[in-house]
Amino acid sequence: MQFEFDIQGGDFSSAGKASSDIKKVLKQLNIDPKIVRRIAVALYEAEVNVVAHAYKGVMKVDLDAQKIKIVLEDEGPGIENIEKAMQEGFSTATDEVRQMGFGAGMGLPNIKRNTDEMLLTSVPDQGTRLEFMVRF
Amino acid sequence: MGKPNLKKLTEDLGFECLSGEALLDRIPQSAYVSDLLSDVMGKAHADMMWITSQVHKNIVAVASLKELSAIVIVNERPVEKELLEQAEDEEIVVLSSNLPAFETAGKLYNYFLGVENSKS
Ligand SMILES: Nc1ncnc2c1ncn2[C@@H]1O[C@H](COP(=O)(O)OP(=O)(O)OP(=O)(O)O)[C@@H](O)[C@H]1O
Ligand SMILES: [Mg+2]
Repeated sequence: MQFEFDIQGGDFSSAGKASSDIKKVLKQLNIDPKIVRRIAVALYEAEVNVVAHAYKGVMKVDLDAQKIKIVLEDEGPGIENIEKAMQEGFSTATDEVRQMGFGAGMGLPNIKRNTDEMLLTSVPDQGTRLEFMVRF
Repeated sequence: MGKPNLKKLTEDLGFECLSGEALLDRIPQSAYVSDLLSDVMGKAHADMMWITSQVHKNIVAVASLKELSAIVIVNERPVEKELLEQAEDEEIVVLSSNLPAFETAGKLYNYFLGVENSKS
């Protein structure tokens, strides 16, 4: 099964929509609820990062009987230092974004912790690519 | 005595129910206090109550994805109708507390503790 979602930078009122749609599919497929909740955390954090930090992006979801694989590609400022971005507490979120409750610098660590494989790459001033996988 | 549901808890602690009136038979397991969404995403567990002063719509998505028992908004902060409509749609209970986060959490903590002690 494959799904594709467009994500708009700055559109906080729709943030989480794609994650919630995929979560519903996983529940219908009777995937272990604990695993579904892990995937939901990673999806949401990844979706919100495009909304909060990039201009626009696409989330592609590939699902089979053994695993879910998710790829997000965005156009945006990119990430200068991936290692630093992965550290808990590191955030470049604007005040406006922080006021909505984002910007703790825990999103990427949350993705790492809740997935079996994660790969983050970026070209500064162009965009970011995040790929992660969770086994059922 | 079994664990109280949200209906009993809401009455006992004087919270006001703003959405999810029909879902108050849920039995909450503990609570988490935070105004940082990714902190809740990372650390809260399903069926917990979430005490927060955030009133942006994103809290509904977080509560839904994490399958939290209820959101408790502190300080009687005004909540937009749009948020409550979305909460109804996504089966999220939103409660309002007239106390700040510290007192709200303290009351809830004692309440859960009292329930634990009365069991033994
Ligand atoms: N898609 C992206 N495009 C550009 N920068 C990004 C992207 N994703 C993450 N970053 C950078 O990595 C930092 C850390 O991301 P992370 O998700 O851990 O924290 P945050 O988004 O700042 O806050 P939180 O997720 O806790 O609300 C961000 O502040 C930002 O600088
Ligand atoms: Mg983030």
